[in-house]
Amino acid sequence: MSDITSLLPCPQPVRFLDPDGSTTEHDPGTAATLEARGYSIPAEEDLLAVWRGMVIGRRFDTQATALTKQGRLAVYPSSRGQDACQVAPVLALGEQDWLFPTYRDSMALVTRGIDPVEALTLLRGDWHCGYDPVATRTAPQCTPLSTQIVHAAGAADGMRRRGTGGVALGFIGDGATSEGDFHEGLNFAAVFDAPLVVLVQNNKYAISVPLAKQSKAPALAYKGVGYGVRSEQVDGNDPAAMLSVMRSAYAHARAGHGPVLVEAHTYRMEAHTNADDATRYRTSEEVDDWTGQDPVVRLQAYLVARGALDEARIEEVREQAEAFAADVRTRMHAEPKVDPMALFEHVYAEPTPQLREQAEMVRAEIAGSAHAAHPVPETEEATR
Amino acid sequence: MSRPTTYAQALNTALRDSLTQDESVLVFGEDVGALGGVFRITDGLTRDFGEERCFDTPLAEAGITGFAIGLCMQGFRPVIEMQFDAFGYPAFEQVVSHVAKMRNRTRGQLTLPMVLRYPYAGGIGGVEHHCDSSEGYYVHTPGLHVVSPSTPADAYSLLREAIASDDPVVFLEPKSLYWSKAELELPTRTEPFGRAAVRRVGSDVTLITYGPQVPNALRAAEIAAAEEDWDVEVVDLRTLVPFDDETVAASVRKTGRAVVLAEAQGFAGMGAEVAARVSERCFHSLAAPVLRVSGLDMPYPPPILEHTYLPGVDRILDTIARLQWDDEPDLTHEAAGTQAVHA
Repeated sequence: MSDITSLLPCPQPVRFLDPDGSTTEHDPGTAATLEARGYSIPAEEDLLAVWRGMVIGRRFDTQATALTKQGRLAVYPSSRGQDACQVAPVLALGEQDWLFPTYRDSMALVTRGIDPVEALTLLRGDWHCGYDPVATRTAPQCTPLSTQIVHAAGAADGMRRRGTGGVALGFIGDGATSEGDFHEGLNFAAVFDAPLVVLVQNNKYAISVPLAKQSKAPALAYKGVGYGVRSEQVDGNDPAAMLSVMRSAYAHARAGHGPVLVEAHTYRMEAHTNADDATRYRTSEEVDDWTGQDPVVRLQAYLVARGALDEARIEEVREQAEAFAADVRTRMHAEPKVDPMALFEHVYAEPTPQLREQAEMVRAEIAGSAHAAHPVPETEEATR
Repeated sequence: MSRPTTYAQALNTALRDSLTQDESVLVFGEDVGALGGVFRITDGLTRDFGEERCFDTPLAEAGITGFAIGLCMQGFRPVIEMQFDAFGYPAFEQVVSHVAKMRNRTRGQLTLPMVLRYPYAGGIGGVEHHCDSSEGYYVHTPGLHVVSPSTPADAYSLLREAIASDDPVVFLEPKSLYWSKAELELPTRTEPFGRAAVRRVGSDVTLITYGPQVPNALRAAEIAAAEEDWDVEVVDLRTLVPFDDETVAASVRKTGRAVVLAEAQGFAGMGAEVAARVSERCFHSLAAPVLRVSGLDMPYPPPILEHTYLPGVDRILDTIARLQWDDEPDLTHEAAGTQAVHA
């Protein structure tokens, strides 16, 4: 049995940067608490990488939202506002590590280095997953809530068995922590000491249902404690805290000490998707308050005040982000090339005879001779 | 050397041989370790192969199934046990939304070579939630292979093939057959997935069945030959997906009559699918409508009443009797339903 005090999350979310970009170091109580938990503000060089990733990720996200309005995507769940949660944990992953994203984590996929058009394939609707999960060590974006957490636990345990030194990072939202598979995944990973890190992006809403109707937990991070899982909560709009906490979680898991649950307190600035109307369930005052806590603004202010970032560099990265978005725009405006016969290719390693018959039927339909085709072969003449 | 081998021993040996030959094979589930599984199918595997190869898991079927998916991503071949068919339902979302679809949604880049073993169906006097026939849910889900061996030889051979398969396999082990025996020399190889077997050659009627009802079908065929002079051909499907239309249709075209026998409740089940496929392919050869024999359309009954529910030899023979043997349509009875009608 683990000592419960070693599992408990920080009573307040871990934070290094206040919303205006000033540091929390002026508060000796806070500084001592963070130091005692093994966190320190990351090096400027690392924070610059996170800042750049967020600037490009944010631009990608707003571009994807625009493409949805132009009808180029079937749907797009934006992660604007959650940029620090999307970028810092992914940049801190190693190449051998696996990522298990949800439908809201497209920004994380782009940060992972996945081609943005491949990342948007699911949401454009030309296939369910556009990238190679094995080559990118990134599972398909998962829509059934929390089901990917048990996959991540299994993959983490597989890496433990193989001795690869890899960890699995599972993304999940606040609403999905009510689902059973979240709990089963944490429990399995704990029992097998699997190197799993689960990041809850608590963006306060499950579509329209607020956190208060989702859970009575003092913080979602406490849900790990019952499973013997080290747990933490962090200001999800503070990129410095996100990077420090996630690095510590990966180190814990990688060292064989078992899984870690991290809850990031953040906010979904956009509606659930373009099909949603957020004005029906939240106030503009609430949204305005979170606008003042923007993670990109926060980190940029800190880096500028430190002299680590100047206008020229800001402009340079802004141009890189524009170029990235322009490339996405151009390629997404091209009509996707789809082949209906590809539907039959990967149902099984070898199609069943029945599927082969249906493939022939569809081939004939496409050829415009549907009247000549039928899924059932002609019966033999009467034999009696 | 051939010796009497139970169905359960054949499965145990298949697991052993797979564990020996392929280091990526893992066996896990509830109680499969020290206990050897509630039906003892994994008996001695932890002792002989170690905790790393055969191990107990927390008691959570969705967790077991999802965990196996993740292990597949790291190159393992998990064989998981669901303990009882009706205990598999918590894992249904994992099976339907992920196990069955992963190859398709990733265009063949991520495959799930896993076997889901289900002690399956009734006839063992089990209490509530221990005797479901759940194959209908799985055969209706594209992306899964669904297998139900009826003999010890097939139990061995089909389990080896399932473990070697690059696709997920739902492996249904009839509980009522675990202690059935055959003279057998292991290892053995029978026909591969997708091939049905003619278990008894006959000329008058084809009785199509699988899994737990194969022995019943053979008993009914012997009685029909002795008492009614009906020569019944018995076809054992062996694998429900992929389905062997060829063998089934060839048999029915030869005999001109067909009865489909399945233990599950009948409505919209596997028996309906087989009956439809036979009607579509063999209409001109049929002297009578294709009839079904099944369990009843109700929740599985308490053990003392299960023999009322289960299709027995009488229900099979009564159904065969309704196949218009005089070549005159019998208009006094409804053709539908499974109710016994005495000819």
